[in-house]
Amino acid sequence: MSQKSLIGASALAGAVAMALSGATLVATTGDAAAATEKCYGVAMAGKNDCAAGPGTTCAGTSTVDFQGNAWKTVDAGTCATMEIDGGRMGSLEPLDRDLPA
Amino acid sequence: MNRSAPSIPSAGDSRFPNAPLPPRAGAGLKADHIDAILADDYRIGFLEVHAENYMGDGGPAHRALAAIRAEFPLSVHGVGLSIGSQSGIDPDHLDRLARVVERYQPGMVSEHLAWSSHDAGYYNDLLPLPYNRQTLDRVVSHIVQVQDRLKRPILLENPSTYVAFEQSTMSETDFIREIARRAGCGLLLDVNNIFVSATNHGWKPMQYLRDFPLELVEEIHLAGHAEDTDDEGDMLLIDAHDRPVADAVWKLYEIVISQAGPLPTLVEWDNDVPDWPVLRREAMLADTILKRLGPASMLGSRHAAE
Amino acid sequence: MPRNEAHALGEQPAFSAALLDPDLPPPDGVIGPHGKAATKRFAVYRNNVTVSLINALADIFPVVAKLVGQDFFRDMARYFITRHPPRSALLFEYGHEFPEFLKDFEPVAKLPYLPDVARLERAWLDAFHAADAEPLMPETLGAMPQERLGDLVFTPHPGARIVQSDFAAVSIFSASREDRPLKGIQPLAAEDGLITRPFDTVQVRQLPAGAASFFEALTNGHTLGAAAALTLDSHPGFDLPSAISALLEAGIFTACHLENASSELPE
Repeated sequence: MSQKSLIGASALAGAVAMALSGATLVATTGDAAAATEKCYGVAMAGKNDCAAGPGTTCAGTSTVDFQGNAWKTVDAGTCATMEIDGGRMGSLEPLDRDLPA
Repeated sequence: MNRSAPSIPSAGDSRFPNAPLPPRAGAGLKADHIDAILADDYRIGFLEVHAENYMGDGGPAHRALAAIRAEFPLSVHGVGLSIGSQSGIDPDHLDRLARVVERYQPGMVSEHLAWSSHDAGYYNDLLPLPYNRQTLDRVVSHIVQVQDRLKRPILLENPSTYVAFEQSTMSETDFIREIARRAGCGLLLDVNNIFVSATNHGWKPMQYLRDFPLELVEEIHLAGHAEDTDDEGDMLLIDAHDRPVADAVWKLYEIVISQAGPLPTLVEWDNDVPDWPVLRREAMLADTILKRLGPASMLGSRHAAE
Repeated sequence: MPRNEAHALGEQPAFSAALLDPDLPPPDGVIGPHGKAATKRFAVYRNNVTVSLINALADIFPVVAKLVGQDFFRDMARYFITRHPPRSALLFEYGHEFPEFLKDFEPVAKLPYLPDVARLERAWLDAFHAADAEPLMPETLGAMPQERLGDLVFTPHPGARIVQSDFAAVSIFSASREDRPLKGIQPLAAEDGLITRPFDTVQVRQLPAGAASFFEALTNGHTLGAAAALTLDSHPGFDLPSAISALLEAGIFTACHLENASSELPE
């Protein structure tokens, strides 16, 4: 990598000095941090366990969800609360198509 | 919490005191319980974690486990090594397990008599094996491979199963005894698994205990199970780890302790995990039994002196 | 396959195949007590595998699940796991294919932001488990020779990820994870997200225009001078001082060195 810098050394030095002085507005934290964990009680997503899955034995055998069955609609989700001008890709119409086989 | 945060130790240091599991009750570690465990006046005997959950490179999970390991003996229990796999032990996964063991220097390392991977696919469950010469040879060679890599013996856990195989030619207890003899591993006796499997296959739990090589057992597991029925309406128990230990399993545990002596005893609770005091109550029950029956046991208090 | 040939292969190929395909009968040789059939007994294993994997996806992608509703999500997850069963025994590594799957999955075609939200969620978990590393300290940057700042090369932090989106993926992600209402978010506004874990807490930020390209260029090994020049070319209004502040505050890098410094050192 020997690409010649197109920015003057003094401009860069000024930018770094400004950043280090704390004079910059850190405009990046608008929608900042997701949930902050407290102490050690950190939720771990995707845990390995050695226990049997809860629920009834039929949960792993049902085929009704796969075949010829109407999809449950997604309007129960929060996506429906976002609205877009003109309705394009906005709040959803119920999705009632069949699942592709 | 006023406890000062422990520093994050760098990998490779021998930074934890040697801490064998005491012949007391331990608990399966859940993130939600860690603060309560560290702050509790009741000092649990040890904690056990599933190795796979600590196979990430870093992050808060490791910092939490390091804090626990600094204060309590730890047991590392693998759930994904697939010791019975026809396609062999995944060397990368074994390396990851070795890293967890090096990092935390646990008092005990254990895995299951089961398989969960085939070719490149991982089936997130402990799947059953037929008990015959072919699978015996396979499991023995895999355990030898694991112990060579970890440079320490492991414990093998008896499974809970829902089906049997026509291809089986040996009883589960003969199979396990032969594995331990040939591979030189210790055994982890899951008392709930005895009860679940015995019910599911029509064995007698007491007969199973009589046939089991109790002298090789170095750790006990206890857990709750759920009730279901099979196609014919016969009782089918599910190893759900989602409730208190059943009375019948406590009775069986008392018999085990009165015969084998006091042994590190883990209470597992993995689904519908309650607040710490509920799990602690189960651990205290086990502690009471260990104290009451352990000293008078037939095999003596072989572990108590450590 | 003839029965004895199947036996020669061992029981696990057939057992594996039947786990994820409920249309297959239980594998040969699988029985209940006294040799009786074991259909429902085998179903326990199917249940364990299927439900635990659906639960893992719901844990890893909680915003996607909320957006489409839990029932829909679980059905979709069930379909996904048959197409993309895990290849790793580490469940926290599961679902890297999920964003691409969502892109091509017709029933959610009307939610075009969904794949990018899923990419953010997957990146969040990657950052959570990434190696620990101290972020670059302002003093370190301040100690570099001023006249050679253009030659600085940065070492990426293992927990840093950038997700560029044509949609408001960051706003949707942040609002949903913080339980704020989504009403008012314009899903079609393009947003770039930055995920870092400077110490123990995963942080998600929305980046101003140009910053994502700038950080990507630095991450790919471009010098500070080159990355700044490239970014100013494509985003004339790019605020370089603020981006450098953000770089330090968010912990995107762990170290910096002069590009030619290593060659001057003895072997």
